Parts: sequence; structure tokens; C-alpha cells
Amino acid sequence: MESPASLLEMRGITKAFPGVVALKDVNLSVRAGEIHAVVGENGAGKSTLMKVLSGVYPHGTYEGEIRFGGEPRQFRGIRASEDLGIIIIHQELALVPLLSIAENIFLGNEPARGGVVDRHAAYVRTRELLAKVGLKESPSTLIDDLGVGKQQLVEIAKALSKEVKLLILDEPTASLNETDSDALLDLLLELKAQGISCILISHKLNEVERVADTITVLRDGSTVQTLDCRGQPVSQDVIIRNMVGREMADRYPKRDPRIGEVVFELRDWTVHHPLHSERESVKRVNLQARRGEIVGIAGLMGAGRTELAMSVFGKSWGRRISGQVLLHGQEVDVSTVEKAVRHGIAYVTEDRKGYGLLLDDDIARNVSLANLRAVSTRGVVDEGREFAAADGFRKQLRIRCKDVFQRVGQLSGGNQQKVVLGKWLFTQPQVLILDEPTRGIDVGAKFEIYSLMAQMAAEGRCIVMISSEMPELLGMCDRIYVMNEGRFVAEFGRMEASQEGIMRAIVNAGTLQ
Amino acid sequence: MSTQVADVAPKPESAGRSALAFLKAHLREYGMLLSLVAIMAFFQYMTGGTLMQPLNLTNLVLQNSYIVIMALGMLLVIVAGSIDLSVGSVCGFIGALAAVLMVEHNVHWLPATLICLATGALIGAAQGWFVAYWRIPSFIVTLAGLLVFKGLALMVLAGQSVGPFPAEFQLLSTGFLPDLLHGESYHLTSLLLGAIAAAAMVFFKLRERAQAARHGMEVEPLPFFVGKNLVFVALILLLTTLLSAYKGIPNVLLVMAVLIVCYDFLALRTTVGRRIYALGGNEKAARLSGIKTERLAFLTFVNMGLLAALAGLIFAARLNTATPKAGLGFELDVIAACFIGGASASGGVGKVFGAVVGAFIMGVMNNGMSILGIGIDYQQVIKGLVLLAAVFVDVANRKRAL
Repeated sequence: MESPASLLEMRGITKAFPGVVALKDVNLSVRAGEIHAVVGENGAGKSTLMKVLSGVYPHGTYEGEIRFGGEPRQFRGIRASEDLGIIIIHQELALVPLLSIAENIFLGNEPARGGVVDRHAAYVRTRELLAKVGLKESPSTLIDDLGVGKQQLVEIAKALSKEVKLLILDEPTASLNETDSDALLDLLLELKAQGISCILISHKLNEVERVADTITVLRDGSTVQTLDCRGQPVSQDVIIRNMVGREMADRYPKRDPRIGEVVFELRDWTVHHPLHSERESVKRVNLQARRGEIVGIAGLMGAGRTELAMSVFGKSWGRRISGQVLLHGQEVDVSTVEKAVRHGIAYVTEDRKGYGLLLDDDIARNVSLANLRAVSTRGVVDEGREFAAADGFRKQLRIRCKDVFQRVGQLSGGNQQKVVLGKWLFTQPQVLILDEPTRGIDVGAKFEIYSLMAQMAAEGRCIVMISSEMPELLGMCDRIYVMNEGRFVAEFGRMEASQEGIMRAIVNAGTLQ
Repeated sequence: MSTQVADVAPKPESAGRSALAFLKAHLREYGMLLSLVAIMAFFQYMTGGTLMQPLNLTNLVLQNSYIVIMALGMLLVIVAGSIDLSVGSVCGFIGALAAVLMVEHNVHWLPATLICLATGALIGAAQGWFVAYWRIPSFIVTLAGLLVFKGLALMVLAGQSVGPFPAEFQLLSTGFLPDLLHGESYHLTSLLLGAIAAAAMVFFKLRERAQAARHGMEVEPLPFFVGKNLVFVALILLLTTLLSAYKGIPNVLLVMAVLIVCYDFLALRTTVGRRIYALGGNEKAARLSGIKTERLAFLTFVNMGLLAALAGLIFAARLNTATPKAGLGFELDVIAACFIGGASASGGVGKVFGAVVGAFIMGVMNNGMSILGIGIDYQQVIKGLVLLAAVFVDVANRKRAL
């Protein structure tokens, strides 16, 4: 085997956001004509690295050097990297649903004469490109009429239209079924044979194993290992160990769980997708949570965890919801948020800006919103009582602010999260469902949130914690359910849970299907 | 439990915040009032004192009452994140309906008024139903309403002006409070009422301040509190004194004042008010907080219809005829009043009091420019620029604050 020259060299890439260092001294080297897999947990920095590479974060906003085709490059934007043939295909497809395939492929790049689009040329060229990716659809088909798998292929055809040299795919098979995934992977191998390099970001290690020549493992924003698979295959176990192998220092508060009777229970909970009502997003889930217990739900993005939580919380997500919710053994009606709250269920959203807070309003008004009844008499809000309640949470949760009349939009992520927590604690919940409670907040604030969770559990509440960060699940939870593609596929007690075990459960479940 | 959180003391209580910082934080509120006062002073000077003459002042109140009343409802609609373009047409249609009922069918004024108000609420409900439960953008639904009710008004009136109204009904707009004290040159009841209103306002403000202080909340610096209240007391007394020199307080003013106080209270102090702001500020968060967002949005439209109907009645009573052109373009003044008053087009922000001041800024400008004999062409241009300038100052301020 000849030794192909290195197509892409990224050296010492460091990228910091306010309060968080997302990438620390990352190195990535891609040879011409190889498929290079980048793996790592959620939040390991894969997407950030790709955004640096593709110019989404322009030169100057990061440290380090990018060499492409042997030359140092300083991309000012996506356009600059695309001109060199670096094309990124994002997890969320960037196609316009109501335009045709041809129009999408040449969007912003239309073959035109004097500003008039040459539809004939676009059509012919599109047909050639579609043939290359194995699609037989007419170029005038609307994107809306294609399945996700075919849309993915259209994205690749679009990349091919731009003379691609390095194709970056971010979780391309996340929403594909097995046949479509296989077709896509075959296509990647074929492109490789034509000399097109590819960076594949994927959680599905069996796919990585199948197509990758080299694997780079990222963890906590650093390169951990680069594994060469050309000589002999690298086992998934090795990859997994590299992905998760991190010490668990005192990142979590010590807990002395006193676990009581079962408080909260789900039986055969099934939820259908709101738009595609034949699709089951949550499939016959059974869950139990006890007094004083912290129960975790692990899984990858898109496993159906948020959908599960929101469907329980006042049927805020999904259609044709079936199954039972029980509190203390009694079935309860949670068909509206109001009823769920009255039964003592609270849901702290993963998207605090989108679904949790009134950013233009002050802390006090945010805290009281879900339980205005408690601070009002006959429909009239008593601002004094409201202030007292909010100020109480400010002290209890250590919300750092000028006073409780500060606008929530001005607070840091961690403090915003505390405001959301305060808002739901004010409803006096028995069951607190926390969805990604530490997303986007810094390490110090994380510890405070963990401490609050421990305290709430010690007060006898039962806590269900959804998280994509396995270490925090392992650090905080008494029991962990693993969810994959809408199903609970495994359950681990505190003692037997390990990152490898959870990852394996997810991977195996994926392979089985 | 051995949680070793670094002990972060909350920042020291901000008791010593300077008056300047407070003024800066509340610039918008004071700024609005100051603009109104400045505009009034300007026209008072330019018109050689005509603006504040008792007769003209009375006219000013009468001319703007229906805009102010509709602005109250519009503010809630805008805060909830929608818009209602149909209010002008609804206004005209209700006036037409009233005329047909009272003049052509000789229905007694009381049931006729009630029927008209109910019809207004029903119109609001119909539009609100499409907006809230079917999620059709309010802009479209009420644009349709604008056309439909303009057409219906023409239809009911058969293209004719219909009038005059019964005398009792006219009193709604042209009547004044009876002077029970029989003052000679001044209308004493009105004076007394003004004094009572001013005293009541000071009393409630003082009580609110005491309550806030008791709960350890930060309060307005004392000089500001005193200053602001003095200005308000002076304004109320000046207004009532001037009005008393003519015929006293018009009935409409009383209706309007009561409505302003009620809606201000509703928006600022009640749970319903809070929920409307939450709905406009972040609908998803509001829904996940257990707020019935659809019903709330629906109700803001019902309320808007009701107030538009009331405004329509007042307008018809004032003209003493219902004309097919009544209400034409009112929606523009009403919406402009809300935006001048600081409401945000994206919802969640805005104050009832601001909308009222906004309406009066528009009103004083209309009135002042008419007295000065400025042509309707220039008037439109100037009003448009004032609207743009007010919103621009808002947006620029916000941008700098971020």
C-alpha cells in the first residue's frame, strides 16, 4: 500500500466559548482517499471541531493551524472552505422541503446565463449526480416527497456538485433505517474508491468498524487516541474504553441515599410522533422511581427521552398516548400540564431558553409563573409574597444576581438553570423530571446543580434525570435506565452501572434492530 | 450531607443604588410622560394657548376616547403576541348596527347597547377562535375581519348615513356629569371628583410603597416617588380644573378613566395579566407552566371585540349618526398608540399606561396640528415619523443594553 499524502492537518486546535473550553489542543490528520471516523460522547467536541474546519467559526476565533492540501488555510466562512472542496453535511439536513431536488442541489450556485437560471442544464446535471449516488428519482421531485434516507443521498449529490475533496458527515445514519444506512455506507466506500476523503462522525460503532480506515477519539474536547484500522480491525471495546475512560474525581456531591417506597410509576407508556402518527416515538416504557431516589435515563440524542418526559408532563408532546401514570400506586390523570403540576409532577426542560424561561421578565416573575395561585388572592398577585418566595429561592439556590428583579436574560446559563429549578420547586413537586439539567453550564455551576439534586432527593422527592453525559448519570443516579429508539433496553443499579455497560447496551440495541 | 459548595455570598443588597441608575433603568416610563408633556407644551405655545383652553381640552378628550379605549384591548392583544387589524371596521359596523336598531327599529337604547356590546364580543370570539385554536396568524384573520366588517357596515346601512340617535344614547358621548353642587363659574362636582381621584391615587401609591418596603423590596428613590406623584396630582387637578371651567367632566372621560384603571390593574397585578405577558413572552414556556395558552389568546380577542364595540358606540353617539365610513383607519391609530407606548411587536412587552400615553401623544398631535392648520398630508407624514422615531429609540436603547 502506498502512503497517500495527508490531505488535512489540524494541529493544536483550541476553541473557547465564554466560560467553557470546547476544544483543547486537538489534532486531526486525514489522508487523501480515506474514511476517517471521529467518535466521542455527546459534548466531546466533535461538532465544534467540524465547525472550526468548515469555517463556521472563522479564522481568528480559535487557536491552532489548519493545513489543507499541504497549504495553511485561514477560512473566513463556509464559502471559503467549500471553495476548496470541504463540504459538511449536518445532522439536520439543510434542504428546502418545498423545492425540487434540482433546485436544492444548485441552491445558491444555480447554472445561469445573465441571471436567468438554465433549468435544462440544472436538470441534466442533477440527473448525472443522482445517478452517482444511486438515486433514480426525477430531478424535479420535491424534497418533501422523499424519505430521510434519500434526502441524505441528495445532500451527498449536492456535495458532489461542488467538486468535493473532503466530505464531512455528521451522524448521517442517525435517522436512517438499516437498509438506508447500508446504502449510504456503501456509497461512502465507493466515493473513497474515487479518491474522495470522508470524515464520518458517528455514534454507531458497528458502522464505524465497517467503513473507517482511521478512528480519532475525542473526549472532553481533547484528542485521546488515533486508531489505525487498516492493518487489523479495532474492537468496539477499545473504542468505547477510549471514549469514556475518564476518572471520576470529586465531581459529584457525596450522597447517602435513603430510598423509600415507589412513588412514581409508568406502565406501558407509548407515544406516537405528532406528525407521523404511525411512528412510535416511545414504545411501551415501564419506569419506577422511589422516594428519595435519583433515577437516570441514559441514551443518545433522539432516543426518545425528552419525548417520554414531555408526554408524561401534561401530554405536551406526541399523539395517541397510551399507558398509565401512577403516583403512590394510584393512577393519575396527567392530560394537561395543570393537572400534572397539581399531582406534584414537575418537568425541567432541556431547552431552558426555548421552553423554560421568559427571558424578558425578571427572576421573581419567572419563579412564580407555574404557581401563581400561591402568591395571589382572588386572582390578584401579591407582589410582596411573590418577592419573598423568589428571594427565598435566590438564597436557597444561590442564584447570583443583583436582585430578583433582574431580567433572566442577563444571567449566566447556570443561574438561569437555577431560576428554572426554583420555578419548579415552588410548585412543591413530589416527582421532579430534570432533562439535561447541566447542559451548557460550566463545571462549577454543575456541581451546585448536582448538590441541589442531592438535597432534593434527601428531602424525599423522587428525581428522574435525563442526561446524555454518562459520567453525571453514573455520578448521581441510584439506578439508570438505558433508552434507545423509544425503548428502555437496559436497567442498571448503582453498583453494576458503568459507561462501557451503558454504551454497549445502546450499541447492541442498535445492532439488534 | 457534605456538599462543599464554595460559599458564594449573594451580592450585597443594592440599597445604595444611585438615583441616576434608577432613572436609567426606568427611562422608558419617564421618557414617555416627558414626551407627552413636551409635545403638549410645544403645541400650547405654537397655538398661542388654544390647546389647553377648556373647550378644546374637552374636545381633545372626546375625540380620543374611542382610540384610548380600543388601545386598552389592543395592548393586551399585542402583549399576547397577536395583532388585531379589524378594530376600525368592527367599530364602524357596531355603530351601524346601533343605528339600525335604535333609529330604524326603535329598539330602546339600553337593550340595543347591550346587543351591540355582545355582538362585538362575539366578533372577537369568532376571530379569536381562528387565531387561538386554529393557529391562523392573527394578521390574516383580522385582515379578513377588516374587509368583512367594513362590508357588513355598508350592507346594514345600505350605503346611507343613519341618525339621529335617541337623546339618552347621545349622552354617552355628549353628556357631562351633572353638577350636584351647582357651582357658579366652575363645575364643582368635577373639581371634587378630580381631587378625590388625585387623593386616591396618592393613597394607593403610598400603600403600595409601604407594602413593598415591608417585604424588603427595593423601592423608587423618595425624590422620584414624590416628584412623580406631584406631577400626576398636578396633571389631574389641572385637567379637572380646566374641564370644570367649561361643562365639567364628560361622561366619556369617566368611562375611560375607570377602564384605564381597571385594565392597568388587570395587566400589572392579576394572575390573568401575568399569564398574558407570559404567553407573549414565551408561548412554549407558558404552556409548559400549566397556562392554557389557547384560551387566553382567545379571551384577549373577545375582550378586544367588546372594547371595539364600546368605542363604536361612543363614536356613533358623538357624531349622532352612523356613517358607512365610520371607523375607517382607526386600527392604525390604535396600533400606533400601543407601539409608541412601548409595546413590542413580538409580544410579551408593553404597558397599559404606555398605550394610553401613546394614544394621547397621537391625539394631541392631531389636535394641535389641526389648530395650526397643517394639512392632512403633512399630518400623516409627521405622525408616521413620530411612530418610527418612538420605536427606533426603543430598539436602539435595547440594543445598547444588551
